[in-house]
Amino acid sequence: MQRENVLEHAFTGALVAGFSIFLVIAWQLVTSWHLLPTYLLPTPAETMQAIWKDLTSVSFWTQQFLQTLLVVIVGFVIAAAAGLIVGPLIISHPLVERTLYPFVVAFQTMPKIAMAPLLLVWLGYGHTSKFLITALVAFFPVVVNAIAGLKAGDERQLILMRSLRASWWTRMTKVRIPNALPYIFAGLDIAVVFAVIGAIVAEFLGSANGLGSLVIVRQTNVDIAGLFSVLFFLAVMGSALHFIIASLGRKFTFWSQSTDAKSARR
Amino acid sequence: MQVDRHLSVSPPGVPLLSIDRVTKTYETRRGEQVLAIGEVTLDLADQEFVSLIGPSGCGKSTLLHIAAGLLKPTRGDVRVRGESRPIHAKEFGMVFQDAVLFPWRTIRENVEMPAEVLGLPKDVYKPRAQELLELVGLAACGAMYPRELSGGMQQRASIARSMIHDPELLLMDEPFGAVDAITRENLNIELQRIRTLARKSVLFVTHSIAEAVFLSNRVVIMSAKPSRVSAVVNIDLPADRGSELMESVELNDLVRRIHRELGGHAHP
Repeated sequence: MQRENVLEHAFTGALVAGFSIFLVIAWQLVTSWHLLPTYLLPTPAETMQAIWKDLTSVSFWTQQFLQTLLVVIVGFVIAAAAGLIVGPLIISHPLVERTLYPFVVAFQTMPKIAMAPLLLVWLGYGHTSKFLITALVAFFPVVVNAIAGLKAGDERQLILMRSLRASWWTRMTKVRIPNALPYIFAGLDIAVVFAVIGAIVAEFLGSANGLGSLVIVRQTNVDIAGLFSVLFFLAVMGSALHFIIASLGRKFTFWSQSTDAKSARR
Repeated sequence: MQVDRHLSVSPPGVPLLSIDRVTKTYETRRGEQVLAIGEVTLDLADQEFVSLIGPSGCGKSTLLHIAAGLLKPTRGDVRVRGESRPIHAKEFGMVFQDAVLFPWRTIRENVEMPAEVLGLPKDVYKPRAQELLELVGLAACGAMYPRELSGGMQQRASIARSMIHDPELLLMDEPFGAVDAITRENLNIELQRIRTLARKSVLFVTHSIAEAVFLSNRVVIMSAKPSRVSAVVNIDLPADRGSELMESVELNDLVRRIHRELGGHAHP
């Protein structure tokens, strides 16, 4: 059993590595056969150089990468906290739910990114507006999944708690919240990826630093290899954040059959 | 063996639980009144095992929920030891058709859950949980999680859970309805043994006549909606019942008798 698992992982790893090598070779061929001009598609070597240049530049880390990471993390934490407070509040009473849920749905179907300019007008170009734009984008997956999760689970678990005359608080902490955890972590996983999108868009619109503004600067300079480098670092950031949330999720919901499937993703 | 047509006759002494002329009416979404329970009167004596049997949807589970104080009767009265009041949480345990365990808790933690909720002292319920796990044959499974156990073993755990706070009464809603026939027979023999050892009174809902006869002191036959008690059959079988009884002529006579009373509504 253990050994089969190791073999399976090794096989998957080999497939992924093989496919990456194939992609780089294909990319190299496209550039060296001049199928696309190199000012549109830099060679793999040029891209590696651009990445290396950023990787070894102190100002890239302090002025760009860490700035964006800060916006992502603060925005995500605000969204997670707000979502985990608002979710239980909404389902606290059927009347509250019936009143507020239409607003959640209406907000959810609207592209939150479109509110970014409004928030910039209201809050100015400082950090606050960037945090809030990011939080706004990341908030809905958390709240919707928290609501779905708190309503999940076997109805009879609650009947059992009622037969023990358990209080609202006991039912919440011993039944509803544990049942909701797989959904909440699925929501947080989506939210952290959304937070990166939110942060980048906020920086597009008006910011002197951060990866979002760096994208605009390099686009203006037609520095395509540099753009590829930013995309690379964004992918790394997104993957790392996803990995952290997914690992935490597995730790807290080890008992759940399939954490990934439990999501009210929209 | 006799069929008791005088339905108000109750066992001697003050019954543990009395369901007195209870009716239950539901309101549908369209606002129509639907009578789920016609009028049911039923007494349960100390350490008595009473089965409720009847066609599907005849309100047996509803009656069990009324007995548990989870639903209020529309009319009628529920008395506990002669007092007109809903039953206290400490006085009964519940078992459902499925085990309804909490997947994030180990088997032991699942068994201990009602004691935790009721706020019993740890030094009382910890050793008791161990005893109960031994009683239901899960002594080696305390640290396992529910999904690692078969359906039958999960149901044993839920029976142990229903007894952790040492209630006098167990309310069981088709507890073996979801397990296979062989497991079911084993669990019947186990339940017979456990409840005799633990001296519990049981109100038991089932679809299986053989199961009802094998386990019960009395079998209450209910009619289709709106349900009433159509007959009560006393089961005069020895208290000590083992697997050999399953095959006996006496048991099978009773099964046929009840089958006739039900008018072929249930399978034997």
